[in-house]
Amino acid sequence: MSNPPTAPAPAVAATGLRKSYGSHTVLDGVDLRVAAGTIFALLGPNGAGKTTIVKILTTLIGADGGDVTVAGHDLAREPDAVRAAIGVTGQYSAVDKFLTGAENLILMADLHRLGKAEGRRRAADLLERFDLTDAAGKPAATYSGGMLRRLDLAMTLVGDPRVIFLDEPTTGLDPRSRRTMWQIIRELVAGGVTIFLTTQYLEEADELADRIALLDHGRLIAEGTAEELKRLVPGGHVQLRFADPDGLAAALDALGTGSLDDDALTLRVPSDGGVRSLRGLLARLDDRSIEVAALSVHLPDLDDVFLTLTGRPGDDPKDPR
Amino acid sequence: MTALAPALHDSATMLRRNLRHMVRYPSLTLMLVGMPVVFLLLFVYVFGATLGAGIGGGRGAYVDYVTPGIILMTMAGAATGTAVSVSMDMVEGIVARFRTMAISRASVLTGHVVGSVLQTLLSMAVVVGVALAVGFRPNAGPLEWLAVLGVLALFVFALTWLAVALGLAAKSVETASNTPMPLMLLPFLGSGFVPTESMPAGLRWFAEYQPFTPVIETLRGLLFGTPIGNHAAIAVGWAVAIALGSYLWARRLYDRDPSR
Repeated sequence: MSNPPTAPAPAVAATGLRKSYGSHTVLDGVDLRVAAGTIFALLGPNGAGKTTIVKILTTLIGADGGDVTVAGHDLAREPDAVRAAIGVTGQYSAVDKFLTGAENLILMADLHRLGKAEGRRRAADLLERFDLTDAAGKPAATYSGGMLRRLDLAMTLVGDPRVIFLDEPTTGLDPRSRRTMWQIIRELVAGGVTIFLTTQYLEEADELADRIALLDHGRLIAEGTAEELKRLVPGGHVQLRFADPDGLAAALDALGTGSLDDDALTLRVPSDGGVRSLRGLLARLDDRSIEVAALSVHLPDLDDVFLTLTGRPGDDPKDPR
Repeated sequence: MTALAPALHDSATMLRRNLRHMVRYPSLTLMLVGMPVVFLLLFVYVFGATLGAGIGGGRGAYVDYVTPGIILMTMAGAATGTAVSVSMDMVEGIVARFRTMAISRASVLTGHVVGSVLQTLLSMAVVVGVALAVGFRPNAGPLEWLAVLGVLALFVFALTWLAVALGLAAKSVETASNTPMPLMLLPFLGSGFVPTESMPAGLRWFAEYQPFTPVIETLRGLLFGTPIGNHAAIAVGWAVAIALGSYLWARRLYDRDPSR
């Protein structure tokens, strides 16, 4: 999706966002602009500052510097107006585990002052929509991880938020629950809300987001659509495997670039994957008589963007069981 | 609509939540009632005859003497329960959710305080019932009983705010269950179980000036007509000071940057 700067008021706009704890700088001047009605993904490894950004944008903590508006309201001057417009589903489920699923939703309805009848109706609708009707009367403490996330998101939706923040919504979920969550997120955006999500899964950002920002050490290192970001690394990379560590070291020396995996004896070299560049690559190794045990060409993904922009692989954890 | 109405509405919602926790998980309430009852029976039937002789009576006289101390012990035990439940709440993500909602910020704490005060008063009523069953025979009239309820409610309110602050200050639930523990000792280190005159000088000084003693003496005065003197005024003074100080402390802890 194109996102012209002349678009109507953005759902989230931040400039020069800064935050530090003592001498440790967590956010070092972050600018963000999220168009209303889109999915925006903030992607980065653990410790990059993603959760700190979400906490600031959702009024949980204050920033040390920067101007922020969320849903058209200034964060510092009108925090309650921001709170009334947003919904937050954090990294750790924010449900009352002592209450049942239905009671959790009615608690939210009461806090949004929906009135008894409307609250019950909304709760029943959301339980139905999130496939929790059967578990509605059971304490949330007995729910599985996927059910807790769904209940958590359902609670967020009780107040009809216009901007929804999802902090790592699928971390720790099994692949099936993850797909369900993706489907729910897509439906929400189809309904007109704006989604601001953080993730450490490159695949997730690729799958869902209209625009992606890469965050590393508290700075945005790239921002754009998945396609735009991938274009930053034309052709992806070549993975070379060697029979022994000496070959690996010699190859790195010969090529002067790439990221090593000592255990797997592989070297990953950014490349456009074309025949000409491959031939050149192999020729350089041949010149030094370095034997390559195996070679594979990878089409670009966001992992490569991370590799190219930071000089190290994105911390994409393995899929949870 | 005044600014107060939404705050009351939110506090009532939070109170319903806390009461529901208590109803659903009665084990905490049962423990809060069970422990002082065990101490009451222990002190009446095991130590009662000997300690009663020490105050110039028998077991029967000692039941009357010790019950106000046991009531305060119930209060101290309930404070531990409050600190634990507040601390558990802060560890769970639900409070972070409340903080991102356009609701009265204080309502989370108000819900805890009102819920805990009701729970504690209920626990104390059960303890008094058991005491009556084992021979507690106050000669107070309805007016005195009403005054007893007033003094207790005020002091419970103060200790509950203290417990809420301790629960907020604790970094973990374990810490929250330990920090209110000294409160449990105060009835012993006061006039709860034996007269302060029987204690060595330093301890006696502490026992006479610590906050539980004037409350216990006020209760004895209301229940049995013993002289109250300035104990009532001191008890109310302590209650107001503890409530106000703890309330301000709790508010500051709750409003602090949760990332720290």
